[in-house]
Amino acid sequence: MIPFDRLEALHARRSVLSDRTFVGAVYCATIVFVGVVLGLFVMLFQGSWPAIKAFGLKFLVTSEWNPVTSHFGALPMIYGTVVSSTIAILLAGFVGIFAAAYLADFAPAFIARPLSFLIELLAAVPSVVFGLWGLFVLAPFLRDSVDPFLQSHFGFLPLFSGPIFGSSLLTAGVVLAIMIVPTVCAISRDVIVAVLGEHREGSLALGATRWETMWRVILPGARSGIFGALVLALGRALGETIATTMVIGNKPAIAASLFEPSYTLASVVANEFTEATTDLYQSALIELGLLLFLVSMVVNGFARVLTWTVLRPSRGR
Amino acid sequence: MRRNASTRRAWLSAPLSCSLLFAFACGLIAPALAATQLTGAGSTFDYPFFSKAFYEYSQKHPDVTVNYQSIGSGGGIEQFTNKTVDFGATDVPMNADELKRAGGAVVQVPVALGGVAITYNLPSFHGDLKLTRQAVADIFLGKITKWNDPEISKLNAGANLPSIPIVVVHRSDGSGTSYIFTDFLSNVSKEWKDKVGTGKSVQWPAQSSVGGKGNEGVAGQVRNTPGSIGYTELAYVIENKMTQIQLQNAGGKWVTCSIRSVQAAAATKPEVSAGDFSVVDRKGDESWPISGYSWVVLYQEPSDKARAKMVKDVLEWTVTQGQSIAATLGYVALPANVQATAKKALAQIRL
Repeated sequence: MIPFDRLEALHARRSVLSDRTFVGAVYCATIVFVGVVLGLFVMLFQGSWPAIKAFGLKFLVTSEWNPVTSHFGALPMIYGTVVSSTIAILLAGFVGIFAAAYLADFAPAFIARPLSFLIELLAAVPSVVFGLWGLFVLAPFLRDSVDPFLQSHFGFLPLFSGPIFGSSLLTAGVVLAIMIVPTVCAISRDVIVAVLGEHREGSLALGATRWETMWRVILPGARSGIFGALVLALGRALGETIATTMVIGNKPAIAASLFEPSYTLASVVANEFTEATTDLYQSALIELGLLLFLVSMVVNGFARVLTWTVLRPSRGR
Repeated sequence: MRRNASTRRAWLSAPLSCSLLFAFACGLIAPALAATQLTGAGSTFDYPFFSKAFYEYSQKHPDVTVNYQSIGSGGGIEQFTNKTVDFGATDVPMNADELKRAGGAVVQVPVALGGVAITYNLPSFHGDLKLTRQAVADIFLGKITKWNDPEISKLNAGANLPSIPIVVVHRSDGSGTSYIFTDFLSNVSKEWKDKVGTGKSVQWPAQSSVGGKGNEGVAGQVRNTPGSIGYTELAYVIENKMTQIQLQNAGGKWVTCSIRSVQAAAATKPEVSAGDFSVVDRKGDESWPISGYSWVVLYQEPSDKARAKMVKDVLEWTVTQGQSIAATLGYVALPANVQATAKKALAQIRL
């Protein structure tokens, strides 16, 4: 029989070895991620160096995008990317969170199950399908019914003024919203379900209504998770390429009106990279990629900071 | 060994049966093993034509298959310059800068001809819309902004033109089609040439303009937007039976875009070359003014002569017999005199 202390030592040694292997593997996996991000950044920076050298900061603040004369400015695309994604996240956030609350708590199981399944199915639809649908169904619908309605009631706002195009910033925002709603809804629902349990019982026991329970107890408890869902969805909206390209109208100009066509960073790259023959042109397109990378990082970082500070569940109350 | 009749027969038949056996074996094995795979890359415009033509060629010559990747002209030129493909294909011939970078003499061969039609959507208007070249340029410049502009109504006397704004639809992706169209506009309007220029992607000046991705994107936008006008490849217009305008050509005649009218325009310039490749706005009663070639690029001094010979044979077939395939796919077959020019260009390759 092996003495107990020897057995223990053997066990300790073995566990040290396996622990180390595991820790090493985990580190390696993490480093791969960091490496990919860094490598991507370095590659994009290198590729866009000629354009950065040629245009400097002017690239960020000028609006001319002219491949013939090789003058490139990315401001309209930055604007289009940020505004279309903002519209998308506002619409999708609103609808997604409320739908999630309904599915998690209010809906009877025979409705909640198939509906949740449908929403997850929506997340699996390829974006080109959304693009086609947007171009042939949604854009004419918005142009003929929704946009004129908005214009007649809110036309005093610059946002809803001017001529109405089917392919517009607004159409792109709506298509993006529909694309990211499943992400918002599915994750929010899971988070809300996780929070429900005792909180819900407690709140109801204290005499709160179901509505008060959801609004005052459950959603605040789930808000950091919901915020995570919004950030994830926003990331998808910012980088979405083909669906936006098909409905946004691809016009590198900044207009006050949401009914005007616009352009996004990802769309320009998708549209023009294959036929970009001069070095500077290619480099300018790669710089757009770099900008998209940075915009996503800034937006994500901003969202993170927001989660840490403003939205952190208050403790000790 | 006595030479009797039967052995003589055997002597005679041995090579015969051997070669038969060999041919049979080749027939079995060649497509799988011995076929040389040539590679090309570039223009997406050429892709439907090339894939059909190269397939037909392989049916006739089982020892050669061609793998063509439609990655866009820019990518095609780059891969060609890096010598990772046997030939490149581009909608616009390589320019001086690109030729210098290629690091060797380059032979450029016209391989496919395509027309660009102008299509529009005017719900209340029936009949043929007539536009002059100047009117088209002014519309795309954003100077004519309404359909009932006097400039348009004067060309379409008696027609009931609505007073709705004109929406210009253009390609948003870089494309040879846009190049041909802007080449045409630069030729007919000095203002366009100075302000916008010619290119696969340009800064579209019209205030009210929308970009669609690909022919289908432009066609979709035009179909969906009352009051819009755009341009697409002829093949696309034929396939989808889209309405197109009548345009007054350089000879003062009213023409529509068709295989015939594009071929007529191209035939007026047999000595087309990489240095002088534009065939827009040609004179001639039947000439449609908006068309252009797509090009294949090859090295004049190839390092692998055997391979280069095969590439040359394939392309020689493509620019001559293969052109009948082009016509079935909505391309315009090269006129006979241009086929001769293409063959002459291929003959420059030193094997």
